[in-house]
Amino acid sequence: MTGTVSDILNGLVEKLKVKFAADILNAEQMFDFPVITIKKEKVLEIVKDLQKEGYNFLTDLTGTHYPGNSGNELGIIYHFHDMPNNRRLRLKAFTSINDPAIDSLTSIYPGANWMERETYDFYGIIFKGHPNLKRILNMDEMNYFPMRKEYPMEDAKRDDKDNAMFGR
Amino acid sequence: MGVTTTVENSPAGYGGPGFFATSLDKAVGMARKNSIWPLPFATSCCGIEFMATMASHYDLGRFGSERLSFSPRQADLLMVMGTISKKMGPILRQVYEQMAEPKWVLSMGACASSGGIFDTYSVLQGIDRIMPVDVYIPGCPPRPEQVIDGLLQIQKLVENESLRRRNSQEYKALQAKYGLE
Repeated sequence: MTGTVSDILNGLVEKLKVKFAADILNAEQMFDFPVITIKKEKVLEIVKDLQKEGYNFLTDLTGTHYPGNSGNELGIIYHFHDMPNNRRLRLKAFTSINDPAIDSLTSIYPGANWMERETYDFYGIIFKGHPNLKRILNMDEMNYFPMRKEYPMEDAKRDDKDNAMFGR
Repeated sequence: MGVTTTVENSPAGYGGPGFFATSLDKAVGMARKNSIWPLPFATSCCGIEFMATMASHYDLGRFGSERLSFSPRQADLLMVMGTISKKMGPILRQVYEQMAEPKWVLSMGACASSGGIFDTYSVLQGIDRIMPVDVYIPGCPPRPEQVIDGLLQIQKLVENESLRRRNSQEYKALQAKYGLE
């Protein structure tokens, strides 16, 4: 059920709003996940507070690209897990495609290292402060970011496939 | 005892008690084709299917390919089995370049032959973009019987290959087409 805010989320959002009232853009419960959308500028401090709250495990760090949301095309999605109390949290930060930079979490979560490299590899999101931000899965010589919706998924050099039949 | 066995025809030649005379081409071809040492470059599901082919039920060893070699220096046949990504391409090429002549290449499965169902930014659309291929085995994955058929086709190529082919102009042109040597 989306929209109704759970107790966990309520308490957490109140605590965060004490310090970061202007940076919390949205907080909602999406099915089984509390989701907080924040402004990207304060992400490092907010995540440090979350870590103090008990969210000690960064489950996932990934990116999204919605070309329709002008001004907020690229999104960086974090999944946190409070293991001792079994609470999960999703954090979203959106940024414009013309300024795809956000602070890196590697200083507080070492596991973010490769996940941020993958997000950079596929979406072109620059993580400021990352010790080694370079492509991890694609070829180093690749000069575009494949998961952005601006580029076709198919191999560009195939000329023997009929577009009508292959639904490109 | 009532059991008849068929022996493969020996090459054309003149024989008598204790000797057999034939041309060197044919003798070498027969020897080579029955002792192809493959290099299983297995990346994906086709590699598993190849493992089944090497196992006792289908047994590729019957055809002389008993000894697999993971060292390209000691292998005759490069069997590329599985999806090759663009990042893997240069590595595969290096393996091919390290093999000594005469060498053959077998592309097993749809992914190695043409990229398969993965028409995407990261998958090499067929290994014949980076190296010359002798036999393609279609399938996803091909059944062990098809793999054996592919190997028998390689054997036909090996048997009938001229001893001078690897030094010929056409072969050099073929290698040059791929930027090798």
